[in-house]
Amino acid sequence: MLKVEAVEKSFGDFKAVDRANLVVERGEIVAVIGPNGAGKTTLFNLITGQLKPDGGRIVFKGEDITGLPPYEICKKGIARSFQIVNIFHRLTVFENVQVAVLSHRGKSSRLLETARRMAVRETMELLEAVGLEDKASEIAGTLSHGDQKVLEIAIALGNEPELLILDEPTAGMSPEETASTIELIRRLAETRDLTILFCEHDMEIVFSIANSIMVMHQGRTLIQAPPGEVRANKEVQEAYLGGE
Amino acid sequence: MQWRGKWQWPSVALILGVLLLLPFVLPRFYTYIIALIFVTALLAMSLNITVGYGGMFQFHHGVFYGVSAYTVALILTKTKLPAWVAFAAGPVAAAITGLLIGGFCVRLTRLYFGMLQISLGSLIWAIVFRWYSFTGGDDGIHGIPMPDFISSLKSSYYFILAVLIVSLYLLYRIVNSPFGRTLQAIRDNPERCEAVGVNVRRHQLAAIVIATFFAGVAGVLFVVLEGSVFPDLLFWVLSLEIFIMCLLGGWFTFAGPILGAAIIVSLRTFVGIYTEYWTLILGVILIFLIFFLPEGVMGFVLEKLGPGKRELARGGEG
Repeated sequence: MLKVEAVEKSFGDFKAVDRANLVVERGEIVAVIGPNGAGKTTLFNLITGQLKPDGGRIVFKGEDITGLPPYEICKKGIARSFQIVNIFHRLTVFENVQVAVLSHRGKSSRLLETARRMAVRETMELLEAVGLEDKASEIAGTLSHGDQKVLEIAIALGNEPELLILDEPTAGMSPEETASTIELIRRLAETRDLTILFCEHDMEIVFSIANSIMVMHQGRTLIQAPPGEVRANKEVQEAYLGGE
Repeated sequence: MQWRGKWQWPSVALILGVLLLLPFVLPRFYTYIIALIFVTALLAMSLNITVGYGGMFQFHHGVFYGVSAYTVALILTKTKLPAWVAFAAGPVAAAITGLLIGGFCVRLTRLYFGMLQISLGSLIWAIVFRWYSFTGGDDGIHGIPMPDFISSLKSSYYFILAVLIVSLYLLYRIVNSPFGRTLQAIRDNPERCEAVGVNVRRHQLAAIVIATFFAGVAGVLFVVLEGSVFPDLLFWVLSLEIFIMCLLGGWFTFAGPILGAAIIVSLRTFVGIYTEYWTLILGVILIFLIFFLPEGVMGFVLEKLGPGKRELARGGEG
C-alpha cells in the first residue's frame, strides 16, 4: 500500500533521514522504532508532506506522492496524528473533528450553509468511537493531555483514511491512558479496516500490537521484519535493544 | 440556548425599533455620529473576519475601505454612470485590491504578512496622496453628487442602516458556515488544518477577499454619509484604529467590533473637541487593553456571565 524507497532529508549538514526504506501492506499494523533522533518523526513528516524529501520516492497505492503538499496527500487517503498535541485549541471537541469531516467531504468552502447542522451524525459517531462523546461541547484547549492525544486520533479519523499514521500516540500519557489508547488503536484497526503506521517508545506496546517492525538508526533502515525476527536480530540488539 | 430561543427576536426588534426612531428624536449631529458608527462598525466587522476569525495580521485594512470610497467618488464625479454602478464598483475594486495584496501576503507568515501589507497599503496611500490630477491629492474629492433618495442625512442614515443589517446578516452566515468554521481552525492551527486536507493559503486568501469586499461596502457607505473622500481613509492611523476596535470590542466575539467601533468613534469625536492629541489617547487605550482586557470588552463581559455564554461569544452558534 505504501512504499518508501531510499528517502533522504538533511537539515544543513545533518542527515536526519538517510536512504530509509519502508513497506506497509494493506491491513497491517506497522511500527517504526529507533532511539531518539533516529529520524522517525522526520520520516513521517516526509510521508505526509510536512517536509519535502531531498531524494527518494514515496509511493501510495501505486501513485507517486513524493513532495506533494500535505492537503493533497491527505486527500489521497493518508491521515495522521502528531507527536506534540496538534489540535484546534479554541474550537470545541466536536468542531475539531467536524472540520476534518467537512474537509473530507469537500465542504470546507461552503459559505452560506450552517456548519452546526452539518455532518453531525458522522462527527458524533467518531467521538463515540474514541470515547470522547461526553466532552463534545468542551473547548478542546481545556481537555487533559490524554484526551487531547485521543482527540488527535479522532481528527485524523475524520478524513476516513485508508492509512492512519500515528506519531507516538501515547507520548506523555499515564500507564492507564496508554493501555486504553493502545486498546483503542487495536480496535480501530479491526473495526474500521484501517492500515496503521505508528512509532512508539514503549517496546512492550510495539511488540504486542505490530505485525511488522521497522528499526531506524541514524536515519537509516536497519531492518523491517515481523516482531520475532526483529527481536532475534543481532544488529538491532546492538544498536537499540540494549545490546545484551 | 435559552437566551437565544426566548429573547433573541424581541431584543433584535427592540434595538431595531430604537435605531429606526433615532433620527426623529436626536439632533442632526448625533444622527450623523451614529451613522458614522454604523459605517465604522461594518469596517471593523469586516476586519475581524481576517483578524479574529482568520488569525491573520491584517494591519492595513483601511486601504480597502479607501480604495472603495475613491472608486465611488471618481465614478460619480468623472463619469455619467448611474450611482448604483459606482456603489457596486466600490466593493468589487476593494475585493480585487484585497486579492492582489492578499495574494502576496498569504505566502508569508504572521508578522511578515502584516509588514508586507503595511508596505503595499502605504504604496496605494502614497499614490492617492500625490496624484493631484486624478485623486485630488491631499485635498481629496468633495461635493460628490448623490442620488435624491439618499441626499438628506435622514435618508442616508436609513440607507446605511439597511445595508449594515444585510451585511451583518451575511457576515453572520459566513462565520457560522463550514467556510467560517474551517477559517477558525486555520487560525488555531494552520499546520493541522493542512493535514486534514485544507488548502490553507487558498482559504486565507478567500477570507481576505470577503473581508475586503465588506470593507468596500463600508467605503461606499462612507461616501454616502460624507459626500467626500480624502487620503486619510487609506492612512495607517485609521487601520490601527479599526484594529484596536476589534481588540477593544472583543475579537473572538461576533458583535465585539461593533462595540469597539462605537467606543472609539465616540471617543474620537468628543475627545477631539478638547484636544488634538487623539492618537496619544488611542495609544493609552491600547496599553490598558493589552494589560487588562486581552479578550476585549465583549469577551470580558461574556466571561463574567459564565461558561454557558461561551458559545454565544464565539459567534452566536450553539
